[in-house]
Amino acid sequence: MFEGLSGRFGDIFDRLKRRGALSEGDVDAALREVRVALLEADVALPVVKEFIERVRTRSVGADVLKSVTPGQMVVKIVHDELVDMLGPEDATIDLSTSPPAAILMVGLQGSGKTTTSAKIANRLKTRERKKVLLAGLDVARPAAQEQLKLLGDQVGIPCLQPVIGEQPIGIARRAMETGRREGYDVVVLDTAGRLAIDETLMAEVAAVRDVVSPSETLLVADALSGQDAVNTAGTFNERVGITGIVLTRVDGDSRGGAALSMRSVTGCPIKLMGVGEKIDDLENFQATRVAGRILGMGDVVGLVERAQETVDQAEAEKVAKRALKGQFTLDDLGAQLAQVRKMGDLNGILGMLPGVGKMKKQMAAANVDDRMIAHQHAIIQSMTPAERRNPKLLNAKRRKRIAAGSGTTVQEVNRLLKQYQQMSGMMKKMGKLGKKGMAALGGLGGPGGPGGGLPPGMLPPTR
Amino acid sequence: MNTEPEENGKRRGWFQRLRDGLSRTSSNLTRGIGDLFTKRKLDAEALDDLQDLLITADMGVETSAKLTQALGAERFDQEVSGDEVRSHLAKQIAAILEPVAVPLTPDPARKPHVILVCGVNGSGKTTTIGKLTRQFGDNGLKVMLAAGDTFRAAAVEQLKIWGERAGVPVIARATGADAAGLAYDAFEDARAAGSDVLMIDTAGRLQNRSELMDELKKIVRVLKKLDPEAPHSCLLVLDATVGQNAHSQVEVFKEMVDVTGLVVTKLDGSAKGGVIVALAERFGLPVHAVGVGEQAEDLRPFDATDFARSLMGLADD
Ligand SMILES: Nc1nc2c(ncn2[C@@H]2O[C@H](COP(=O)(O)OP(=O)(O)OP(=O)(O)O)[C@@H](O)[C@H]2O)c(=O)[nH]1
Ligand SMILES: Nc1nc2c(ncn2[C@@H]2O[C@H](COP(=O)(O)OP(=O)(O)O)[C@@H](O)[C@H]2O)c(=O)[nH]1
Ligand SMILES: [Mg+2]
Ligand SMILES: [Mg+2]
Repeated sequence: MFEGLSGRFGDIFDRLKRRGALSEGDVDAALREVRVALLEADVALPVVKEFIERVRTRSVGADVLKSVTPGQMVVKIVHDELVDMLGPEDATIDLSTSPPAAILMVGLQGSGKTTTSAKIANRLKTRERKKVLLAGLDVARPAAQEQLKLLGDQVGIPCLQPVIGEQPIGIARRAMETGRREGYDVVVLDTAGRLAIDETLMAEVAAVRDVVSPSETLLVADALSGQDAVNTAGTFNERVGITGIVLTRVDGDSRGGAALSMRSVTGCPIKLMGVGEKIDDLENFQATRVAGRILGMGDVVGLVERAQETVDQAEAEKVAKRALKGQFTLDDLGAQLAQVRKMGDLNGILGMLPGVGKMKKQMAAANVDDRMIAHQHAIIQSMTPAERRNPKLLNAKRRKRIAAGSGTTVQEVNRLLKQYQQMSGMMKKMGKLGKKGMAALGGLGGPGGPGGGLPPGMLPPTR
Repeated sequence: MNTEPEENGKRRGWFQRLRDGLSRTSSNLTRGIGDLFTKRKLDAEALDDLQDLLITADMGVETSAKLTQALGAERFDQEVSGDEVRSHLAKQIAAILEPVAVPLTPDPARKPHVILVCGVNGSGKTTTIGKLTRQFGDNGLKVMLAAGDTFRAAAVEQLKIWGERAGVPVIARATGADAAGLAYDAFEDARAAGSDVLMIDTAGRLQNRSELMDELKKIVRVLKKLDPEAPHSCLLVLDATVGQNAHSQVEVFKEMVDVTGLVVTKLDGSAKGGVIVALAERFGLPVHAVGVGEQAEDLRPFDATDFARSLMGLADD
């Protein structure tokens, strides 16, 4: 039902590419699609409107109409405009004040403030050699202070000792005093989550701000947010005055349009992105990457990073070498399948790739889905090592046993073996062709285009 | 202005809270629709603007288009007031939501009725368990909790505090322990203790992390060893601020662990929660309850008409 943006854009761009030149009508048609696409990506409506007008002004011009590939031109304008609006990418954490510099973390309930407080503290400690103190001002959520302390413990960052009954403003004051007295460079203040419409709590956090005079007030906001992100960010900015945004859960598969909404309504830079639950999962903001996702052009950077993290390079190279010699075994296939599974589910992986709309359909037509990969993996795991080395051993009886052992059917086992045969045949040929064939084999990291992330041979031969 | 729920007895009534929340939610929407239609005819342009307004409530492009088209077909080119438009839309939305407004009623014969609670990070799972514990307790049910979030720092402590508040036992292990093993033991404990309900908290997980989804499936698999029908309910907790990604959340969690119903949290905020309407149409999963605050008593049944009318900024009557 919800065709990803990629599909939508793919179609428009195909259409535009086929035409020699663009009329105003073409631009209008394209921008209508862009509008819907942005809305489905959760960009707030007023921001969408502003964006469309900016793109229109730039598109309906001589440049575009006379250019050789007008479609590509529009793609580029849309993308560039988005990157412009999302940027800059190099905003840093401002600590230029007489120490200790206070960093005040604010946001809605459950947006990721506590986790991000610990992540930022750790980053300043390890990258900038700062002496950092954590302070938990959340007296509302059960065990919130305990959570911050445990996170601090994990990375050896001290946390202000809680005093029972002490209220946020008091804690803030004590944190800054402690920071001054004990020579800290930075105090990171984690606050309780609050609704932008909660007058009392917004006044409270404004009072905390007045006590600590933060050098940074960071709004921590969820990349999964919808249209309301624009109200939340706007209100927090009006009431507390934020200096930057941290976008969390960028590891999810949301289109992340909220980033554009918040950036645009506050005028504040997005400084960092949370890309996971672990303390290290914090990255500098990358406008191009987020723009690509909003546009459904894929998060190629993210995919490559994920691949680098999960793929055992040495192992991949060993497999590649063996394969080129015609020694690609079922063990190797099993290892490849395991790596694909480790990278996340197929939809997740595909969601990160450009031009995926069509490929998804192809894969669906070929019955390539997570279950199939899981099944194939299970089938290989149910074989004995001897069978994996020498598939010729696999007679009907053994195949039956394997099917039973892996909870699949004999047909599925047969299909896998046939695929394996095709693959190893193909690889032998590639081996003869020489090193150029390696790209497809290296698979996950290779520049093999959209299909590059999958074990070869998994897609129908038509590709 | 903010209530001090525990200290002073002057708590706002629950309906008041829901209404306040929802009317804040919809005040923009209401103003917009009012402005639109007092002055002009319901022509194509006005319908477009109306559709835009529904979109800003996170109803999604498709659902918003469908609702406005239905309105257009009926009233095209007539002079209509803002109120008429709102009532009309509220009725349509209520009709979509009516079938999914189903409360969660544990089966007393199960002993225990096992409820697995899952969702993405920070959506409100643990708090919802705390609220449901209060609700079930008020209905005389004997509740046990299992601290199945063995990943996040202090998640176990958080649930234990909810358990203490309600005076119910919490089965827990150290952070880092195997959640499935814990769930299995808790199920046995709840059986032995003759509990009516066992609620299992889980770590927040994004639906595109298949290794984490596998872990969740493992909890289900292990529970089924003790009772093939367990878990008897599997709740997916959604945050009302969520946008269109809610579709993917429901789709994947449903496929992975056979979600039986939804709870929508944080409706006391300004987020519109309109995606619920699209989800109801697409998946038809029951919406058991809505969260309207951070305290144990801030859980409400999901009422289709109230929700729809409040969403359109109409007073209840
Ligand atoms: N305003 C409001 N806040 C809520 C509601 N439900 C939960 N919260 C808050 O949202 C935050 C996250 O809630 P939790 O219950 O810890 O969420 P969770 O899904 O268990 O989170 P993780 O276990 O960290 O994934 C807490 O600060 C809660 O107090 C609600 O209905 N309204
Ligand atoms: N996947 C993912 N989870 C995150 C990220 N940041 C925080 N979380 C999780 O989101 C949940 C809420 O985070 P927390 O820091 O407690 O939020 P707070 O209520 O704003 O303090 C926890 O389960 C965190 O582990 C992120 O970038 N990615
Ligand atoms: Mg917190
Ligand atoms: Mg929790």
